[in-house]
Amino acid sequence: MADTQRPYSGKLIAVEGLDGSGKSTQIYLVKRWLELEGYRVFFTEWNSSILVKKSTSKGKKRLLLTPTTFSLIHATDFADRYDRQILPLLRAGYIVLADRYIYTAFARDAVRGCDRDWLEKLYQFAVHPDITFFFRVPLEVSLGRILEGRPQLKYHEAGLDMGWSADPYESFRMFQSRVHEQYEAMIEQFQFTVVNATREIHQQQSEVRRLITERIDLSGFRRPAVR
Amino acid sequence: MPLIEKQFFGRRPPEITDSKFAGRLFVIEGADGSGRSTQILLLSQWLESEGFAVQHMGLRRSTLVADELEDAKQGNVLTHTTMSLFYATDFFDQQVHDLVPALRAGLIVLADRYVYTLMARDIVRGTDRGWTRNLYSPALVPDAVFYFRVGARQLVERNVQKNATLDYWESGMDLGLSRDMFDSFIKYQRLLAAEFAAMHAEFGFQVINANQRIERIQRELRRRIGKLLGIHAASA
Repeated sequence: MADTQRPYSGKLIAVEGLDGSGKSTQIYLVKRWLELEGYRVFFTEWNSSILVKKSTSKGKKRLLLTPTTFSLIHATDFADRYDRQILPLLRAGYIVLADRYIYTAFARDAVRGCDRDWLEKLYQFAVHPDITFFFRVPLEVSLGRILEGRPQLKYHEAGLDMGWSADPYESFRMFQSRVHEQYEAMIEQFQFTVVNATREIHQQQSEVRRLITERIDLSGFRRPAVR
Repeated sequence: MPLIEKQFFGRRPPEITDSKFAGRLFVIEGADGSGRSTQILLLSQWLESEGFAVQHMGLRRSTLVADELEDAKQGNVLTHTTMSLFYATDFFDQQVHDLVPALRAGLIVLADRYVYTLMARDIVRGTDRGWTRNLYSPALVPDAVFYFRVGARQLVERNVQKNATLDYWESGMDLGLSRDMFDSFIKYQRLLAAEFAAMHAEFGFQVINANQRIERIQRELRRRIGKLLGIHAASA
């Protein structure tokens, strides 16, 4: 099932990183850039399939989810988006931008105790991106960005299901620090392109744009001119 | 019943910390119309009369996704991979919330289909065997699996008698084997039977000839289950 050759003419670019690493801002700016330049581009984000959303929110609300079902419901969501959007659009010659990809599942689910080998096989149907940008920040920086405003943390986001701490902020710290370790361990294995995410937004963005231009021949992705 | 350390097909899932159970899990597998539910009903009566507490499980019965799965089935809008994962979610939700507590409490759980049907359906639809085995590797290995074998022609007979129609999914219409539903049903059930046949040895199925009369099948099941539970089977 794993495609060793790429059965499509499009390009897949994913961003990964901790909550608060600024990756969503960066991928949004990439999207705007490519759109305004007139390229065929499609954006997709983690956990956004309408079909499975109902189950996900029910599970989260009623706290029914266990590590295994949490993992599977996200895999279901991903498969739905992959089969119906990501892969068809790659085949149609689009540049597909993904805000979080399978590595998010590898990191979070492994922290929840799921077997890494099981997870990697579970997502074997998905191609690896042409470029995976990893927005790297020290743990304290990302925690600071998220916790500064003392937001209402969601139950699973804070890792409260793990029962490590009853305090959501403390639990969030512990959870994020483990996710951080998982990401660090994946950089080499999955050939992440590391971006120093402590710099200013526009500095990061110009580096990202430069890297994309270097690695992808964008000329093939231009929309035909409207007459 | 003594506590037994139950095995998983692969590695133990993180949410189940202790898998020593007093309960037992018996699985009935077989196509629609092979007589599974009739036999399960009779088995339950017998077990309860023998003083055993019984609980049932089946596919698409989880609190988490059963309704959504039903919707998806009606709409026929999900791809095979998505459907597989949805079913797996349903299964593992039941495993942790229904099956494991029942086994811990010492109940006899009778499963009307189990992961084998889900795996067979996936494989017939072109899913990689290794992928689907991995998917279900955190599932509990049952104490016994009884596979009801019925010929495809006889299945048609029974399904038509029961519902006066063939079910879209049980006919494998999504596979495009044939535009003719009868034709598709026969082809699909044969593909499934072949996949089940390939699983017999791997998973140690006990094959039951379900072309026989209800009473005879029941007697056979009671004899086999009775032996496993250390009780004598009264006649059906």
